[in-house]
Amino acid sequence: MSVLVYTETDNGKFKKNAFEVASYAKNVADQMGVSVTAIAINAENTDALGTYGVSKILNVSSNQLATFNAKAYASAIAQAAEAEGSKVVIISSSADSKYLGGILAAKLNAGYVPNVVAAPESASPFMVKRTAFSNKGFAHTEIDSEIKIVGVSNNAFGVVENATSASSETFAPTIGDADFGVKSVEVDKVVGKATIADADIVVSAGRGLKGPENWGMVEELADVLGAATACSKPVSDLGWRPHSEHVGQTGKPVASNLYIAIGISGAIQHLAGVSASKTKVVINNDPEAPFFKAADYGIVGDAFEVVPELIEKLKEFRAQNA
Amino acid sequence: MKILVCISNVPDTTSKINFTEDDTKFDTNGVQFVINPNDEFGLTRAMWFKEKQGAAVHVATVGDASVEPTIRKALAIGADEGIRVNAEPKDGFFVARQLAEIVKNGGYDVVIAGRESIDYNGGMVPGIMASLLDVNFVNTCIGLEIEGTEATAVREIDGGKEKINTTLPLIIGGQKGLVEESDLRIPNMRGIMMARKKALNVVDPVDAPIPTADKKFERPAPKGPVKLVDAGNVGELVSLLHNEAKAL
Repeated sequence: MSVLVYTETDNGKFKKNAFEVASYAKNVADQMGVSVTAIAINAENTDALGTYGVSKILNVSSNQLATFNAKAYASAIAQAAEAEGSKVVIISSSADSKYLGGILAAKLNAGYVPNVVAAPESASPFMVKRTAFSNKGFAHTEIDSEIKIVGVSNNAFGVVENATSASSETFAPTIGDADFGVKSVEVDKVVGKATIADADIVVSAGRGLKGPENWGMVEELADVLGAATACSKPVSDLGWRPHSEHVGQTGKPVASNLYIAIGISGAIQHLAGVSASKTKVVINNDPEAPFFKAADYGIVGDAFEVVPELIEKLKEFRAQNA
Repeated sequence: MKILVCISNVPDTTSKINFTEDDTKFDTNGVQFVINPNDEFGLTRAMWFKEKQGAAVHVATVGDASVEPTIRKALAIGADEGIRVNAEPKDGFFVARQLAEIVKNGGYDVVIAGRESIDYNGGMVPGIMASLLDVNFVNTCIGLEIEGTEATAVREIDGGKEKINTTLPLIIGGQKGLVEESDLRIPNMRGIMMARKKALNVVDPVDAPIPTADKKFERPAPKGPVKLVDAGNVGELVSLLHNEAKAL
């Protein structure tokens, strides 16, 4: 009867969102008067999960699952849900979880609500708040199927410590060749740098930077902040920056704690993709740029003067607060 | 090769989002509806398969008669035939179940849907369809090549991309990258005229559960005015981000 949570790993280590979804699962379990079981696939060490309220860990160790495969992973999670008799399954909003979410919903015959930004308003009826209309609205959505799947937005619920003694056991789902009709041939991924999906802070720049040769200061600012770099659509269309950095409605969504927009005017499509970020800062020499209406903090000024100055001030701040 | 492109009829990106009937319904008053952008990238890629590899391209959507102009637009862009499931698209599971029925009966080799619609942002329809039909599925797809029954796809992942080999039948959750924005087509007069003569078949829905329901909507709380920091006092921004926003 426990609430099942899928805690994602990357290279054997838990992603930050794993602790957030575990914290969320604990809240749901408390409302329902049950405990939390986590399923972890090829995790090196699952000790940390107890800190966030997980009572039991189903440890899957499988060479077949060494590379993410949505169907096979969904199959493993569905089998864990059946073994646990779970009525609620919690997943994240990562690209991988969104990929497997639909497959899992069909396997469990479950109602699935992604982009959820708050703990359930009630467990019976089961009601959650989620974003809709590309962050221009919220919906309060009821799930009335026997099994329910909730996809939690990044950085919305937050990480909540809830020390619990967690037991761990090996779980060996049946995975067949039929689960591998889609084969990963090659993964090309940035290593050692924060990604837009996981980063606490995203530094993004637009056409105001005048050319790709001027991105040095954006990268330096991102380095100082431990942030991911992103860009506006025109910048990726012009080929100044790779497509994978394009954020906005047709690019990657951003839900960071802090989003810094440099030389980005703030077209409605851009704002739709980034407005889930908690604090937004805009640096632009045009005081009429629409982004000033969407931002929390702004500086009207020349990016080529403001950004280097900001880097210096942040270095001083880091030195004082180290 | 037979391709089905699943399209969603959504408010144009620039639409003002308002709610009506005590905040239980989306207010369509004055709203311009368009083909969901993620689906339009898929439709345009399908046109490429039609022109280069002789594919037949059908489009399908779930909705009442008011969505027909959007289907006609897809036909004007070049799709051969339209299908409308005559039902209100209440929930992703319900819609996926309807479209799966179309795929099953139509014998499609490739189904291209968008990674998500820009209205309800569920992003679950292609995955549920793939699982119900037990066929291969690639989500957030930014590149697709097909030779015979073999397909090569590129998937966008967090922090990069992944190259994938798979086989038909295949379901795609597509997005920008399948084609570029500059490849998108605006229907010309000839296309619009021809679209009027193309078949638009209306079919009845099959019985399917509707496991989720939006009970109430709300708009984001109005945001306070931006706090401006003088360009000559950048240190003030660092201090505000640390002390006030707690973002550093």
